[in-house]
Amino acid sequence: MPPVLEIDNLSVTLQQASSAGMQAVPVLENLSFSVEAGKTIALVGESGCGKSMTALAIMGLLPEGFQIAQGSIALEGQDVAHLPDAALRQLRGNRMSMIFQEPMTALNPVYTVGDQISEALRLHQGLSRQDARERAIAMLRAVQIPAPERRIDVYPHQMSGGMRQRVMIAMALACRPRLLIADEPTTALDVTVQAQIFDLLREMQQEIGTAIVLITHDLSAVADITDEVAVLYAGRCIEQGPTATILSQPQHPYTRGLIASVPHLRLGEAAAQPSEPLEEIPGMVPGLGKRGQLCGFAPRCRFAAGACLETPPPMTAGSAGHRVACWHPQGEAA
Amino acid sequence: MNKDTLLEVNDLKVHFPAGRASAFGERLTVHAVDGISFRVPRQSTFGIVGESGSGKSTTAQAIMRLVPITAGRITLGDDDLTALRGDELRKARRHFQMIFQDPYSALNPRRRAGDLIREPLDLLEVGTATERAERLEALLKVVGLPPEAAMLFPHQFSGGQRQRLVIARALSTQPDLIVCDEPVSALDVAIQAQILNLLKRLQQQHGLTYVFISHDLGVVQHLCDEIAVMYLGQIVEQAPSAQLFAGPRHPYTWSLMTAAAPPGGLRQSLKQRFGLRGEPPSPINPPPGCRFAGRCPFADDRCRKETPQLAVSKPGHFVACHKTEEVSAAGSSIMAAA
Repeated sequence: MPPVLEIDNLSVTLQQASSAGMQAVPVLENLSFSVEAGKTIALVGESGCGKSMTALAIMGLLPEGFQIAQGSIALEGQDVAHLPDAALRQLRGNRMSMIFQEPMTALNPVYTVGDQISEALRLHQGLSRQDARERAIAMLRAVQIPAPERRIDVYPHQMSGGMRQRVMIAMALACRPRLLIADEPTTALDVTVQAQIFDLLREMQQEIGTAIVLITHDLSAVADITDEVAVLYAGRCIEQGPTATILSQPQHPYTRGLIASVPHLRLGEAAAQPSEPLEEIPGMVPGLGKRGQLCGFAPRCRFAAGACLETPPPMTAGSAGHRVACWHPQGEAA
Repeated sequence: MNKDTLLEVNDLKVHFPAGRASAFGERLTVHAVDGISFRVPRQSTFGIVGESGSGKSTTAQAIMRLVPITAGRITLGDDDLTALRGDELRKARRHFQMIFQDPYSALNPRRRAGDLIREPLDLLEVGTATERAERLEALLKVVGLPPEAAMLFPHQFSGGQRQRLVIARALSTQPDLIVCDEPVSALDVAIQAQILNLLKRLQQQHGLTYVFISHDLGVVQHLCDEIAVMYLGQIVEQAPSAQLFAGPRHPYTWSLMTAAAPPGGLRQSLKQRFGLRGEPPSPINPPPGCRFAGRCPFADDRCRKETPQLAVSKPGHFVACHKTEEVSAAGSSIMAAA
């Protein structure tokens, strides 16, 4: 059986007018990863690294001017990168769906949440109004919204942020999709609610067997629920592997920097120690069209020397599916 | 007042009217901040944590005198901030400044960065024009921006650079106190570290005192000397940072810690005992008894009837909970097993 999602050598470009006529600026370059049913992959990186663009490319929702230049995106073996719009509409909300970062802007304020959950069910599964409503109530119950029979008729503004994100999840999972893309689903929420939402996603995943692509900038927050991690930098995948390996033995200086720059909560006896200065990654992600061919991270990297400034680093495979694109991978001591 | 105390907040209450229950019904009141007190020593950082709706930002705004104060007293040095009005208040503002959460909306998009940073100096008429220009250049350098930055507009900066501008503006009047309301939560992780390190360095160099508001326990632990945990307008636990995280004594603090704990077995066992369901009740006419009782795994009848008062639990450690001993015992046995 093919994996639910298989992305092979995907490149996305932006057509931009310049003095030399129209020019294709690389946005994503040679991205490859796959997700099996019931598994979760995290795409990690700063803003501007291409995480959300990857999601939009999969969903066939790339903004105007952006296009898939090469590579393939296969959903259960079917190439979806070059499908006509009508065929994509059949897939979206049905076999693949997406949860957005800000539940307030992703929900339509003038329809009740029940209408919005039912819409996909009626459209894709041809349910009657009454049946769709019952399924919507069942979905609200499944995402642990209290009194779903009443809540189904309220509007998004009558709910809290956490409740709205639950509605988004109910909506995305109503048709039991094979693939779910969650783009920073908890960034807008409180920490205690974040934990609840992640637990919920995990439970629903186990029940339906959905494959999840989870987009995040905070690696440690999602470590519990992801199986694999792909770290993106400036449109390229620079390190990839099983979550536990990436967290305990990160090799790319960027991955190591991302992990070290977050102040991790110290509990118990460790809490009594004074806090160490945070490691910072100087500078910021280069903009589109300013990336060059070499390692995109070299200008911010304190190990950059020699080959880094001459040849782009190839993706080299290490043990147990751990791959890294770096001329100076760092040792195991974190 | 102790000479080393810079800021003292005494029984602060901020209530907002919320209309009426019905056309002729009773008046509703949002109890955003409902009787909190704390002291912040000079050159230290006082952290306030809690979920949205806990009243932490309202507390920040009350200290800044940006919202009407219902009751209580705020003293900065020798000044009673709550008593200041009009011109006196305006003059006093140079001693306390604020860093806002969202550097995108905290800077006027139509003004150049240099003007924005110099504005407090211009408004408070500090020094001569030449002195202000020199001060501007020094401020940009302090926050790590080149002098040319002064001529640019906010949209020409990244999020992290904008937050540096906001910090430079807050520093411009050489304040004693800076209130930081979630200063890094709108920024990328890698940029957060840059800003946190900058805030820490500035504190050492300029002898600043911070009130630091955040929902991120890791950040708060990293930066703060003392921490207050707020829930629905009240402080439920307060202790020096090291002591608080070594052994919280309020179930809500444990829940927050659980949500932020590093992934692994410990987080799983903490979650089973302290994991939170549901969301905080409405701050309009909050329930009687302990406000956390509805979500608390330890609550019994007494908790639902009798409001626990913030009391000394250990030296320097204050808790408002009827079940402190039971909660600490449950927590420490999980920590010991890990």
